[in-house]
Amino acid sequence: MSDTLSAADFEPLAVLVVDDEAPARERLRDLLGDIAESQPTRIVGMAANGVEALALLEGETVDLILTDIRMPVMDGIELARHVGRLPRVPAVIFTTAYDEYAVRAFELAAVDYLLKPVRATRLAEAIAKARRVRPPADEILRQMAPANRSHFSINERGRILLVPVADVLYLKAEQKYVVARSRQREYLLDESLVQIEEEFPDLFLRIHRNCLIARDAVKGVARATTGLDGEAHWVIMLDGLAEQLPVSRRQWPAVKEALGV
Amino acid sequence: MSIKQNLRRAGWGGRPAHLPDFRNLGVVLRTLLLVNALAMAAVLVRNEQLDLVVIEMLEMAVGVEFSLILDVAALFLLQPALRRLPYPSGVVAVMGVVLVVALASRSLLAPIDSGGQLRPLLWSLASAAAVLAYFYQRGAAQAPALAEARLLALTARIRPHFLFNSLNGVLGVLRSNPRRAEEALEELSDLFRALMQDSRELVPLADEITLCERYLNLERLRLGDRLQVDWRRDPLADAALVPPLLLQPLIENAVCHGIEPGAGPGTVSITIERRGPAVIIGIANPLLEAVRHHVGNRMALDNIRERLMLFYDLEAALDIEQSADAYCVRIRLPFRNER
Repeated sequence: MSDTLSAADFEPLAVLVVDDEAPARERLRDLLGDIAESQPTRIVGMAANGVEALALLEGETVDLILTDIRMPVMDGIELARHVGRLPRVPAVIFTTAYDEYAVRAFELAAVDYLLKPVRATRLAEAIAKARRVRPPADEILRQMAPANRSHFSINERGRILLVPVADVLYLKAEQKYVVARSRQREYLLDESLVQIEEEFPDLFLRIHRNCLIARDAVKGVARATTGLDGEAHWVIMLDGLAEQLPVSRRQWPAVKEALGV
Repeated sequence: MSIKQNLRRAGWGGRPAHLPDFRNLGVVLRTLLLVNALAMAAVLVRNEQLDLVVIEMLEMAVGVEFSLILDVAALFLLQPALRRLPYPSGVVAVMGVVLVVALASRSLLAPIDSGGQLRPLLWSLASAAAVLAYFYQRGAAQAPALAEARLLALTARIRPHFLFNSLNGVLGVLRSNPRRAEEALEELSDLFRALMQDSRELVPLADEITLCERYLNLERLRLGDRLQVDWRRDPLADAALVPPLLLQPLIENAVCHGIEPGAGPGTVSITIERRGPAVIIGIANPLLEAVRHHVGNRMALDNIRERLMLFYDLEAALDIEQSADAYCVRIRLPFRNER
């Protein structure tokens, strides 16, 4: 008969619960226990925000993330975007108390979400579906995001390295990658300069076909002779960096206006 | 849905007309301006030659201002008695006061004014009637606004996010700590009772403070140690009558913008102080970098500012002070302890 079928059929899913409110995490743990019969799971960790969740993901393989959307430090949607860089991308189910905007976005993108307070039957359905459905593409998540990302992320040897957006002084396109420069070091981002420029128009300013600078880091502008042609160009000096960044002739009028020089 | 409809019915019912509060600064200023404007108009109508207007105005001022100031002073003194009268008797009483003052000032000023006896008396009564008519109209114009403000107050108050998060919090502790869950449901029902009561009745400040403590206790269920509260109360201010839900939405704002978006603990400071005839209330929260300005924030402030205006006219004020790391709402309102 089919008595033993349920347990044999499903390998327990490794679940990570992310919510900034302790009772909300407890509630999900209780519910996962209640539905263990039909949807066996094991909780491998609980985190209070996206950054904590990513730290937990370094040491654990996770099949499913249940995450709140609004959280301090890093929200749930940004977490899902960074998680997308892992070699084995876990399924993500969002939970939200009430957020008209987010709910509409989810429906448009056909991303699964649960309304808090969550019902056990609804949770079981969502988990069953998450076993089958592929996680949403980064582009969809980007459009749903209530706010800009707080971090860039890099997949370094199977783990995710976070770079706070606020620490980046400039971004330079180099062949296949974008180099993000902070005061301490350089990072190779797997993104396009155009996307970054579109996502953070208030933070970064284009000074060259291949270069964005952090508006807040600008220390000054000067005329300098760089490059091979021996002609004088405008260059930008950034706080805490010796390097001078050339402004292209085409971008100069826009840069001049943006910096008010 | 049904809650709102009931309110609407109760709100539009309108209340009987009543005399203006003659001790209110706004009422006093409006009376002075209106009577002077009427007197000016009378002088302009009476004189055909413009060069005589200035002299006429000076003469008029002697007669009008003297009795006007006496009127205002008499009504100020009689206010506690006048406010107990039903509206028609109140109107008769005010007219009586104006007549007595006019007769008295006539006899005092008689040596320097030999004009007719009857005309100034009629003029005083006519302008008093005009002023009362003005306040009657104003009251009528504001009655729907009051109901509207009350509706607004209700819809703005129940943030759906807050309700569902609180219920989720209760469910989260239900199994592990049933006592705490019970407590939280009691707090939630107290909050809803306050939200649904008649918001035109003033309540003692002490009651509003109790309500805020319950609200904060409910939020502590979800936010735990992240929510720190620093109360500085003044027992002398406890008896002051305030519009219901004056503080709670402001404290909710402080939690929503100053605590929730932060990862670590933060403090909401609430200071209440009686300063002579005024009560000063300050609500401060940390200003978090992550918070952009939400529309909801401004809506709650506009809402409260409008309600203060409806209840106290010019005698109350709401200001916002913002420093590099803190956001503070400050309210000043007159101390009143009788309805």
